[in-house]
Amino acid sequence: MISTLIAKYNYWIYITLMMVGMYAMIAKNNLVKKIIGMNVFQTAIILFFVSIGAKQDATIPVLEHSHGPEAHTVRALDYINPLPHVLMLTAIVVAVATLGVALALAVKVFNRYHTLEEDEILTQIREE
Amino acid sequence: MIWSLDLAVLTLVVGCGIAAIMVKDLLCAAILFGAYSFMMCLLWAIMGAVDVAFTEASVGAGVSTVFFVAAVFRTTRRTKD
Amino acid sequence: MKWAALMVVLSTGGLLIFATDDFPPWRDPHSPASEHVSPRYIEKSMEETGVPNLVTAVLADYRGYDTLFETAVIFTAGIACFLLLRTYREKEKESRLYRHVHTGLIVEVEAGSRMREASEHFERADRLWAPDDLIIRTACRILIPFIQLFGLQVLANGHHTPGGGFQGGVILGASLILLALSRDLRTATRMMPERISGLLSASGVLVYAGIGTVCVLLGHSFLDYAALAPILFVDPVQARNLGILGVEIGVAMAVMATMIVIYGNVASAGYYDEGL
Repeated sequence: MISTLIAKYNYWIYITLMMVGMYAMIAKNNLVKKIIGMNVFQTAIILFFVSIGAKQDATIPVLEHSHGPEAHTVRALDYINPLPHVLMLTAIVVAVATLGVALALAVKVFNRYHTLEEDEILTQIREE
Repeated sequence: MIWSLDLAVLTLVVGCGIAAIMVKDLLCAAILFGAYSFMMCLLWAIMGAVDVAFTEASVGAGVSTVFFVAAVFRTTRRTKD
Repeated sequence: MKWAALMVVLSTGGLLIFATDDFPPWRDPHSPASEHVSPRYIEKSMEETGVPNLVTAVLADYRGYDTLFETAVIFTAGIACFLLLRTYREKEKESRLYRHVHTGLIVEVEAGSRMREASEHFERADRLWAPDDLIIRTACRILIPFIQLFGLQVLANGHHTPGGGFQGGVILGASLILLALSRDLRTATRMMPERISGLLSASGVLVYAGIGTVCVLLGHSFLDYAALAPILFVDPVQARNLGILGVEIGVAMAVMATMIVIYGNVASAGYYDEGL
């Protein structure tokens, strides 16, 4: 039990962060809190993916000494796996685009119902 | 790759994340979200993902926090939960 | 309701933690994620594309199709914000506020009449925003050109250092948001009108897809930058290098304009008269 904890503690913390975000999305009443929860969830997933690409004793994915006279062969063991970074770059920018649209929707909902709490909005909808 | 630094930044990240969804003031939640974003950027820089850390620093701790503050400015600041 | 949410969250978390038992140990050089496709990208990137920054090479060349649709997603988000929020007020219904520049006195002019906008003694003041501050205005005036220069540097040096199209575009967009924050939204809209930012975001996607279509018209497959070698008078490796740069410029244009569009619409709730 302790050996698995020491070996896998980072994955467990990432999962805790994901569940914090998911709880905020489901259980909070305020719309802006839900949007914050959505972003926490997204960045936790990106953290999980980026941690998969890490390698022991490897350097950042920028080739060194690439130009010049000493162009030597490149070993894949020396560099961190660049593929998860590429996918997560797309994910970050899509996250900010989704955040912009979600906040535009929240402003629009506030203009109509004059409140951001979900239960008050539902009460106002039922009364119409 | 110092494991104690990693653990410290991870604890800060989880603390900021939980605090951002539990405070009752929405402007405070937006600023805490900016701090959470910046801690994430530090974590990725520790792991060696420099491109992702750069993007998160500019997008998450920069533009995303401004969007949140602008939206809170246009709606209300108090919340019940 | 909260107990049901807590049960769902705990059970999902428990299932995920149970699944981590099968994961490879962290930072293992021979984990399955690092064994199949990425060694080829790491080893062959310099001789095929000539770009030392592996992430830029994979993002814009090997996986360029994904990046094209990601740019389209950003552009769609900008259009969605614009369509949701933008409204055109027909007539001014409220009184306006003007600030005397030298003394800081605020004058309220009733609805219907207005003062001259470009007067040297009076300037328009916002109803909801904080008073104008000299320190913030001067500091931002000095900082904004350097921020834009840095954004261009990040975009241009994406081949050799961490950076590239997205980061440079976001920094350029953030410089204009800083202008809107330090003065007011009307000044930023004068510097970058809505029509120009809309056209710029669309033309960013057009540049990216256009480069791909030029490759098709020259006989190769879509987004195969080696096809540009005859018209640029370079060898195929250098043509791929230049193709990556052109594509990153398109991405930066789209991202910059979309950040400005989203900020303008959210901060003024669509009216574009007073902002944050």
